Amino acid sequence: MKEQLHKDFDNSIKNLSLSQKDIEIKKFCLDNFIDKGFPNRKEEDWKFSDLNQIIKKNIGELSFYNDQASTNKVDTSVFVDGLEHNKIVFINGRIEKIEFEYEKKDQIEIIDQSETINEFKNSNSLSDLNNAFTNKSFKILVKKGYQLVKPLIIYHTTNSKIWSKNINLRLNFELDKDSSLRLIDLFNDKSEKNFLNIFYNFELKENAVLKNYKVDKFDNKNIKYSFNNIDQEKNSISETFILSSGSNFSKNEINCNLNGVYSSAFVNGVFSLNNDKHHEIRSIINHLTENTKSYQLIKSVLDESSKAVYQGKIFVNSDAQKTDGYQLSKAILLNKESEFNAKPELEIYADDVKCTHGSASGSLNEDSIFYLMSRGLSYQQSRELLINGFLLDVVEKITDSEIKNLIKNMIGIKE
Amino acid sequence: MDNRQKEINNLKDYKYGFSTDIENVQAPKGLNEDVIKFISNIKKEPAWMLEFRLKAFERFKVLNEPDWQKPKFPKIDYQDLYYYSAPKSMKEKPKSLDELDPKLLETYKKLGIPLQEQARLNGIAVDAVFDSVSVATTFKDELTKQGIIFCPISEAIQNHPELVKKYLGSVIPTSDHFFATLNSAVFTDGSFVYIPEGVRCPMELSTYFRINAANTGQFERTLIIADKGSYVSYLEGCTAPMRDENQLHAANVELVALDDAEIKYSTVQNWYPGDKDGKGGIYNFVTKRGLCKGKNSKISWTQVETGSAITWKYPSCILKGDNSVGEFYSIAITNNHQKADTGTKMIHLGKNTKSKIISKGISAGSSDMTYRGLVDISSKAKNSTNYTQCDSLLMGNKCGAHTVPYIKNKNSESNIAHEATTSKISEEQLHYCQQRGLNPEEAVGLIVNGFCKEVLQQLPMEFAVEAQKLVGISLEGSVG
Repeated sequence: MKEQLHKDFDNSIKNLSLSQKDIEIKKFCLDNFIDKGFPNRKEEDWKFSDLNQIIKKNIGELSFYNDQASTNKVDTSVFVDGLEHNKIVFINGRIEKIEFEYEKKDQIEIIDQSETINEFKNSNSLSDLNNAFTNKSFKILVKKGYQLVKPLIIYHTTNSKIWSKNINLRLNFELDKDSSLRLIDLFNDKSEKNFLNIFYNFELKENAVLKNYKVDKFDNKNIKYSFNNIDQEKNSISETFILSSGSNFSKNEINCNLNGVYSSAFVNGVFSLNNDKHHEIRSIINHLTENTKSYQLIKSVLDESSKAVYQGKIFVNSDAQKTDGYQLSKAILLNKESEFNAKPELEIYADDVKCTHGSASGSLNEDSIFYLMSRGLSYQQSRELLINGFLLDVVEKITDSEIKNLIKNMIGIKE
Repeated sequence: MDNRQKEINNLKDYKYGFSTDIENVQAPKGLNEDVIKFISNIKKEPAWMLEFRLKAFERFKVLNEPDWQKPKFPKIDYQDLYYYSAPKSMKEKPKSLDELDPKLLETYKKLGIPLQEQARLNGIAVDAVFDSVSVATTFKDELTKQGIIFCPISEAIQNHPELVKKYLGSVIPTSDHFFATLNSAVFTDGSFVYIPEGVRCPMELSTYFRINAANTGQFERTLIIADKGSYVSYLEGCTAPMRDENQLHAANVELVALDDAEIKYSTVQNWYPGDKDGKGGIYNFVTKRGLCKGKNSKISWTQVETGSAITWKYPSCILKGDNSVGEFYSIAITNNHQKADTGTKMIHLGKNTKSKIISKGISAGSSDMTYRGLVDISSKAKNSTNYTQCDSLLMGNKCGAHTVPYIKNKNSESNIAHEATTSKISEEQLHYCQQRGLNPEEAVGLIVNGFCKEVLQQLPMEFAVEAQKLVGISLEGSVG
């Protein structure tokens, strides 16, 4: 892999107009990655999902060079109907379109940041890989007091024309004081067996509201890693919803720093898996100052030999008095081959706090099925009804009604 | 000053902190094959035992000290320790208590463990371990009548080699982790219990561990075998003198329960926790593992952990037999600069296996407490259930309380439920108690005892009273 990395790195550097210093930094990141390799089970955070093995088994050798010069044709059929929205379109890792047609142009600034590389605080070897190979990155700045009229949908599309086996993406968002953004990530993969490595960074200023919905619905053979870093100031709110279903392997990581008083973070997730799929959500909520709140609800329905992992951590600093932290993960195992692993973790250094976590896993409740069947439903109908209700609980947590309906339709959940 | 206050003041300092001035026989300092041979030789062990030790030592040489635990500690120099220390008078083992060195008797009397016949009214059979040797075992005759073997493990190696050979290392193999392997190589003494088929042990069996000599590691090994349909309740207590240096205690405890057998293992651990500034104290790195080998067997661990500078242990149950049950009840209290990383592992292998975990952690002062647990239901463990509850109480904003559970469910017919909360004593509760005339410390004591009640109830009577007092004392000075 080392030779391939060097070769592809040199190729991608050639096409960029970077300063010597930036090249040095990228080179440093590349060396870091070569040194560490893909994360494996020896690392605590990857204990349940050995990415190194998964990539070896599913993809084999990776290649990294993407030709960013040639454009891809935008396939409009993937666009969501019936919901007016702004668009960012990624095709095979290349940004093809950024379009805010419903918004006031002077209120949103799109800054090309390709030349500056920002380090992630929470770094693993994948952030090094991302730093080394991302060659186009933007910062989207929502200006003070502006609330986007329509949601923004980011389309992540891959197709058979994909250049290499690995795609690295990066986006930065800054939500200035009193602003708000609704963001949907929609994955639409038509390529075979690639590794997607996505990093988002969000800065939420005072009173800012971010709602991020990640929807990975369509069956595909890709392997995904997505990392969200969210920094929150006073009174800001972040809401993250993850529908984890389509990819062969997917790991969503949320790192949320509640820096300002009265800031709050919500993470809700649904795993709906079948076949040999293996998905993970790992969340780290850092309560760093007083009067902050976090709420997490993760539900999984696992069929066939699928495997879901939830690692959630609530960290409470010694200054963060009056913290309210809640975390619940529940799983239904439908098949004897399916597996659910959880590591709900609390790390607490302040005494005046209320932190709770719960985790439960098991089979569908036979009594409930009996109840429904005795009222005339078939076994299959009863099962569907129970699963529907189980997942509806999480979807109902979505605060935006427009998007809630969209997602309900996508999953096929009825009320 | 009322009586309770007086009592508290008397107990405020670690009352077991004295040391006994006694002449010792020690192995040369350091860890090598010669020292292991020395230990084996002085205990007059058969060749297979020495082989067991040397095999473990070979393995130990390639292992590294683990570093994933939460409480960090300065590197231990394993060559700077004495691996064997015994009172000189124990060289030729006394035949009866009357021949026992009066200084030793005095020590145990001070610790509240009456060894002499006339003082034994409470009806608990005690095996007293002083540094590296067992000095006395009481009630031997009565137990022998029922066929129960309760003796120091060094005696069992000589008198019951077939049992020891069969079960020693069967739950904690010589190839286990760093500290367990070290123990396998250099263990000195400990208790051996065998309950024959169908026998219900008529009294509580108990071991009292005492570290006395300085710079000595205590490596005891306990092996309890409950044959088919038998029952035993076993208690363990520990203390050590106050010293400025940290002392290592790395014990291995193995339990084997055959068909329909039940073992109840209770620990009240009160090693010297170090002084207020965190100087000195015991490193309590213990490996405890129980194997429910037979059908319908049950192993229950109850622990009250109040001592030690660092406690690092996970009493575990391997539920191999169908319908077997594992239980874990724990109270861990840390104050001042104490640190604890403790919890349990429940490994479900058999069908219809059940486990229950109740863990209560209380941290005060500048201490740090971690619950770390594993619940693993394998794909063959059909219809198994686990229930876990771990609650933490924080007192003050300099301490920490952490929960790190690992939950693995590979069986769709099994259920796991896990709950954890972290909070502080509510103002309302304190106010209510104080309004009724309790001072703040008493109020906290009362609330904490209520918080721990679920676990305290599991302890045998005599221990429960002791433990309840200990809970109050351990939290001294943490209020206000």
